[in-house]
Amino acid sequence: MQQQNTDTCCLCSCLKKLNEPSTSENELFDIIISGGGMVGTAMACSLGLEPNLAGKKILLLEAGHKKEMNRVPETYSTRVSSISPGSATLLSLGAWDHIVNMRCKPYNKMQVWDACSDALITFDKENLQDEMAYIVENDVIVAALTKQLQTLSDHVEVQYRTKVVKYTWPHPYHVSESIPWVQVTLANGKTLHTKLLIGADGPNSMVRREAGIPTVKWNYDQSAVVAVLHLSEPTENNVAWQRFLPTGPIAMLPLSDTESSLVWSTSHQHAEELLQLDEESFVDAINSAFWSNENHSELVETAGSLFRMALSVLMPDSGSARQLPPSVAGIGPKSRVMFPLGMGHATEYIRHRVAIIGDAAHRVHPLAGQGANLGFGDVAYLTKVLSQAAFNGKDLGKSMQHLLEFETERQRHNLPMMAAVDLMKRLYSTNAAPMVLLRTFGLQATNTLPPLKEQIMAYASK
Amino acid sequence: MYSKKLARLAFGLLAEPTFKCTLTRSVSSRVNAVRTLCSWTVCLHHRRKNPLSEGLTRLNVRTVSQTTLDPAEVRKFQAMASKWWDLQGEFAALHSMNDLRVPFIRDNLLNVHGIRQLGKPLAGLRILDVGCGGGVLSEPLGRLGADVRGIDPVEDSVRTAELHSSYDPDLRERVRYQACTLEELAEEELEGFHAVVASEVVEHLADLDAFASCCQQVLKPGGSLFITTINKTNLSYVFGIVAAEQLLRIVPSGTHDWEKFVSPEDLERLLESFGFYVEAIRGMMYNPLTGAWSWQQSTAINYALHAIKRKEEPQPGQVWPESENLDEPGRATNYS
Repeated sequence: MQQQNTDTCCLCSCLKKLNEPSTSENELFDIIISGGGMVGTAMACSLGLEPNLAGKKILLLEAGHKKEMNRVPETYSTRVSSISPGSATLLSLGAWDHIVNMRCKPYNKMQVWDACSDALITFDKENLQDEMAYIVENDVIVAALTKQLQTLSDHVEVQYRTKVVKYTWPHPYHVSESIPWVQVTLANGKTLHTKLLIGADGPNSMVRREAGIPTVKWNYDQSAVVAVLHLSEPTENNVAWQRFLPTGPIAMLPLSDTESSLVWSTSHQHAEELLQLDEESFVDAINSAFWSNENHSELVETAGSLFRMALSVLMPDSGSARQLPPSVAGIGPKSRVMFPLGMGHATEYIRHRVAIIGDAAHRVHPLAGQGANLGFGDVAYLTKVLSQAAFNGKDLGKSMQHLLEFETERQRHNLPMMAAVDLMKRLYSTNAAPMVLLRTFGLQATNTLPPLKEQIMAYASK
Repeated sequence: MYSKKLARLAFGLLAEPTFKCTLTRSVSSRVNAVRTLCSWTVCLHHRRKNPLSEGLTRLNVRTVSQTTLDPAEVRKFQAMASKWWDLQGEFAALHSMNDLRVPFIRDNLLNVHGIRQLGKPLAGLRILDVGCGGGVLSEPLGRLGADVRGIDPVEDSVRTAELHSSYDPDLRERVRYQACTLEELAEEELEGFHAVVASEVVEHLADLDAFASCCQQVLKPGGSLFITTINKTNLSYVFGIVAAEQLLRIVPSGTHDWEKFVSPEDLERLLESFGFYVEAIRGMMYNPLTGAWSWQQSTAINYALHAIKRKEEPQPGQVWPESENLDEPGRATNYS
């Protein structure tokens, strides 16, 4: 009885202290998203447009300044993403219209081929009328999402030029006299509280680091050089080209009838050399990378053509003729940039009151153009899961059942994709004959199997 | 024996805090000799008189007292008052039951009243949570926008509930707790609520008639009554008492008394006699491996029930005031 009495007294005194709210009402948010890049802004939009989350207080924190684009600039920017139809569907909640009005380029076909042999594979939709995916500049995506966010300003707040210096995690169990929310301390000294923190702060995520989520990561010894290319002559330009050189893949993605975007992944040293070249030499290097056959060896050529003949006996109608990409005449002014490449995967996407999405959770090589799409997929599924939780009256950050559902489903989707991309990168990083033969046969065989290609395209389109 | 019955009118306290129930029905008479203060004495006395009792006579066991409260039950929950929000603790199954009962309540109320407000589907509805305990069910209903009043006779549970909801400004405004009995509340709040929820409560009550009568008093005409409880069948004995309490320890031993379980047919008959119309009964099942509940066809073990208080038929020449919030377009007006 004695123990019970003291317990009751303790509860009563706790209650008295908490009768005045310890967290002021305007500082407690339902969801704070840390990081206002493509994925973070898309998350804010998606949550804001979700009917079951109407009335929840949502905040987006971004360290940079607001990216508005009243008029699309004349020159293309160098960082672009390939947006799959699945991601376009997510963005179609308002932002896609803005993107289409600004600037985007659909493409219908993709040709991927080897520099060390004649093997190639083409992906396209049945009748070449449907779009496979879209090339959109990253700036355009962010600007379109920002514009969409402005229409949601009544319950989605955005703070630009706001840097977070510290996160304080709550105790997972209810401990009296401690605040059960996540505390976010800003550089300007203010402290915010939230029931759920979503980390969308990129591959070097502070949220992930401070939450102590173990990450599997390694650096590829590669950097990507990006540039905007001016084509020699205008063309329909609805094909994406990628060639695997022994040093790394070089890709040309259409931006318009006269311009394309270059993404050339190569060793750090070669990347630096490329940046130093004058414009003419750089253009020559690009053209030769796409066109020259210097890496072919006789053995591989013979073996390759024999295999192709065998395949054409078995499956006469499949197999594609090799096309050559358009030649490049010049590059956009001041448009050569390089950035290092790596792979990263967080072993957990969630913790108590925390979830991470986008590059904070997974980072891939750009060779498959999937980085942004994986992030948008995270956004779509997390929104769905949070919407269900809210409709069931759950505390959003505490319902581990729903957060676990998000983690399981996304890991199931992302891990195979990341493994495949990493495998491709390693497979094509050599010109040793056995590996070349292996991948030549593999590529040629895959090219003759439409069902397999359709599966691959379907998976990448989600 | 009879003095024990009378003693239940007052708040008696049981000596032993742990409620070991280790025997089957057939030897329960021998248990009686050991446990002198146990409220089972009344049940057992009754059973010796009428070992094959079926039907409504069973309920007579509980109609002795004037109050719905059973002091033994109160004491039981007092000992566990601080454990309500330990998600891995004794009440874990109740927390996971929210996955069924919150949508059940929400969807049935939406059917009756239509969607009130995006993001807050139950906005504007007043709900009474009888036997709210630590607020496990009151909080989600509050988050869905309802004005929830949670009552429980165990004061420590109410304090725990208040403390837990005090951190969240949304809940602080919408969910209020009160340590009182349903009878006490019924005197103040005649026809005050759109819905009454009594989840996992009726199997702990002393007097079901009094309970039904009080529910009828506090509900607005056309208001909803939601009950989840355990059926009184052989299967519910095996799974609900033997498996759940003794073997798997899903709930602490002694939490439930098989004699107090009510079958859906009996409950339906009782409610109808108090002016309710039973609209839905659904079976529920707990999977101890996954810790999750699911709906099922059979009501043999757990079940959920939704009843609606009949609106009075207006007498000729008399004008009855309509409850203002029920005049919404698109809702069913014909309950009988």
